[in-house]
Parts: sequence; C-alpha cells; structure tokens
Amino acid sequence: MVRIQDAVHHNACGRLDAAWEILRQIPDPEVPVISLCELGIVRDLRETAGGLEVVLTPTYSGCPATELIQDDVRAALAAFGEIRITMQRAPAWTTDWISEEGRRKLRDYGIVPPGMVGGAQPIRLVHRASITQLACPRCGSAQTEKLSAFGSTACKALYRCLACREPFEYFKPL
Amino acid sequence: MSQASIQVGSSPAVQYLLRIGDACLISSQRLAEWCGHAPILEEDLALSNMALDLLGQARGVLTRAGELDGQGFDEDQLAFLRDERQYLNPVLAELPRGDFAVTQLRNLALSTWLLLLWRALEHSSDAELAAIAGKAVKEATYHQQHAADWVVRLGDGTDESTARLGAALTALWPYFNELFEADAVDAAAVDTKLGPACSSLKSDWLATMTAVLHDAGLRLPQDSAYQSAGRRGFHSEHMGHLLAQMQHLQRAFPGGKW
Repeated sequence: MVRIQDAVHHNACGRLDAAWEILRQIPDPEVPVISLCELGIVRDLRETAGGLEVVLTPTYSGCPATELIQDDVRAALAAFGEIRITMQRAPAWTTDWISEEGRRKLRDYGIVPPGMVGGAQPIRLVHRASITQLACPRCGSAQTEKLSAFGSTACKALYRCLACREPFEYFKPL
Repeated sequence: MSQASIQVGSSPAVQYLLRIGDACLISSQRLAEWCGHAPILEEDLALSNMALDLLGQARGVLTRAGELDGQGFDEDQLAFLRDERQYLNPVLAELPRGDFAVTQLRNLALSTWLLLLWRALEHSSDAELAAIAGKAVKEATYHQQHAADWVVRLGDGTDESTARLGAALTALWPYFNELFEADAVDAAAVDTKLGPACSSLKSDWLATMTAVLHDAGLRLPQDSAYQSAGRRGFHSEHMGHLLAQMQHLQRAFPGGKW
C-alpha cells in the first residue's frame, strides 16, 4: 500500500506508478470483490498539460455505476491535483479483459466468471439463448439451471444449483 | 414558469441520429413501465435491465446528435425539451406496453431491427457512432435472445399464451412497415457512409422474424398497407401521453437534478 502523501512527491514517472498503484485498489462499486483494474475498465493513465488523465471504458451502455466509478476515481486520486476523466467507448469493453486474478476473486466470491468470448463470433440470424452448463461455485456440482438471463445487474445472470440448492450468479460473457 | 421547447435543425445527419436515439429512448421509457409490474421478479429485472441498456445507447446517440446539430443541446435537453413532432422514433416504439405478449413481440421486432442496424453502424464514417454501435451490438444480442426465447415460449405455451401472442402479432404487424421505409434522410446517410438505409435491413429482419415465429407456431400475417410515419415526426395518439409523463419534471423544474 502506497501512502498518498509519499506518492505525490515522486517525480513524473514515479507519479504515474503511484497513481496506478492507487487505481489498482479501487473496488468496483457493484462487485466490490474485484478492482476496476481487474475488471479491465481502466484503459489508460497519462500525464497531460491539464493534469492526470484517466481513461475509462463503460461495461454496459446503461450501467448506472458509471458516474459513481468516475467519482470514486476522482476521490481516490484527489491528492494528485487536477484529474481529468475521459470515457472511451472504442474498442468496446469485453469480459475477456477481466484479469485472471479478477476471475479467481469472482469465483471465490460466489460469482461464476464469464467464459471467453474470443475474437470472431459466428453470425447467427436467429439468436436463441444457448444452454450454458455451469459448475456451482459453492459445491462444484454440474447440476445447475438458469433462473433468469438478467440478474441483479445487467452484467450477471441468475442460476441455481440443483445439488446444494443454493442460487448463484454468472458474470455473462460480453 | 415552465421550460420552453427547443427546435433541432433539419440536417439529414442529425435526423438520422435522432431516429436511432429516439427509438432507443422511447423503447426504454415503455420497458421501464414494467418495473414493479412484470409477471415474475426475474422478468422485472430483465425488462428494467434492457431499459437501462437502451437508455445508455440513447444517451450516446443523442449526445452525438446534439454535437452535429451545433446549437449546444445536450442529451438531457434533446430527451426532455423537444415537442412531439421533433421525435423521430418509429411509432412501434411508442405504442402502449400492452400485455406481456405485446411487450415481448415488440422487443423481438425492435431488438432484431436494432441489432442489424448496430452491426452496420459499426462501420459508420462517424467514429463516435461506430463506437456506440460496437458496444450496443453486444447488448442488443442479449435483448434479442431474451425476446426470441419468450416469443417461442408464449407461442408454444398454453392456449391462453398462444392466443395472446397471436393477438399481439395481429396488432403490431402493421407498424413493422415503417422500420424499412426509404427516404432522403436514409439516402443521405448512405452517401456519407454515416449508416445504412433501413430498407437494406428488411430481408435479414424478415428471415429472423419468420424463423422465430415459426418456432413459436405462428405464421406471418399478410402484408399490411398501413404505413405509420413516426420516423418523419408523425406520431400516434399515445405519444403525447408518453411525453407528458417523461418530460413533466424537466418542464416543471427546468434543469432539475437529483
């Protein structure tokens, strides 16, 4: 853990390193077990004439946490002086950007991490939801079923385990 | 004193963007009406989540429309301060939410249309619009899957659900024509590579609808001669009521925030 006061007094390059170190500790407001960096939504951090610029990308177009995330970043980096936050849509965020460490933390938390989306997706004319067989994050049983394609947030689907009877969430691949 | 209306310019590019942004905005408003009223909690969450996605897409597109219009209007002013004739969503989006079958069938028709549109817009000459489309295409894919699953489930369900889906198809079918109407705004978008003409989406849209409705045990109705014209600013009697509810707070308390 870098103390903010120490961090600010570093030279230019050290300043960026110190800011990254702080960014890595900011939790996602909706899934606080992983950080914004592990989620893959911090795209860049650079020194500009107008101060430190943080480039973020939204997960979903309508994610209601977007403004809150910007506020959290601004507050965490307050000691660095002027902070500019830029929202960058392209390239579009994909769950493939969630880090290995982030995936492990999601699973430990009881949320099944998303499968890989990969590069090219087959273009299907008829989009019927395919059956995704998931292992229960609690007991490991493969006997699970989908309850709802949309869960408590847009990014998750709701499942339940037929073996241990516990409900769980699945971070949908996007 | 209430807030006066704003007037957007008539540039074809702005009109083209408003058509897309308004389709998302008005669909979002209708879907949000289900919050607290859906038949099951999971569906309440799903419809609200889709409303949020559509609202996010609308915000991006309206913001861009405001930039191109050049009068300094932001997304909120465009969403809340235009008069009815300045909204350019297809009438299909503004029709009352109806029962669950009407809502799901409309979701299928609109999400299929939007998905085809977003895919084409990923190659837009406007980098900002292309970026919005790159994100929206992923979201629309989930919306379409969900609607297709429900349409099949309702069509292939009980006598009651089958009858309701059939009635929904009869009621909504005449409003589908408008989604593919060709005009000068679309032609200009093709010329400038801003985006596709909606008429070019029809064959893929029809193929998808036919396949899903076939799985649902329904056949396409005969072509309808009716032509609604919301994308040219002519709306149904339902639009005024929708806008009254959607705009009330910003009109009564200009610039109000919470």
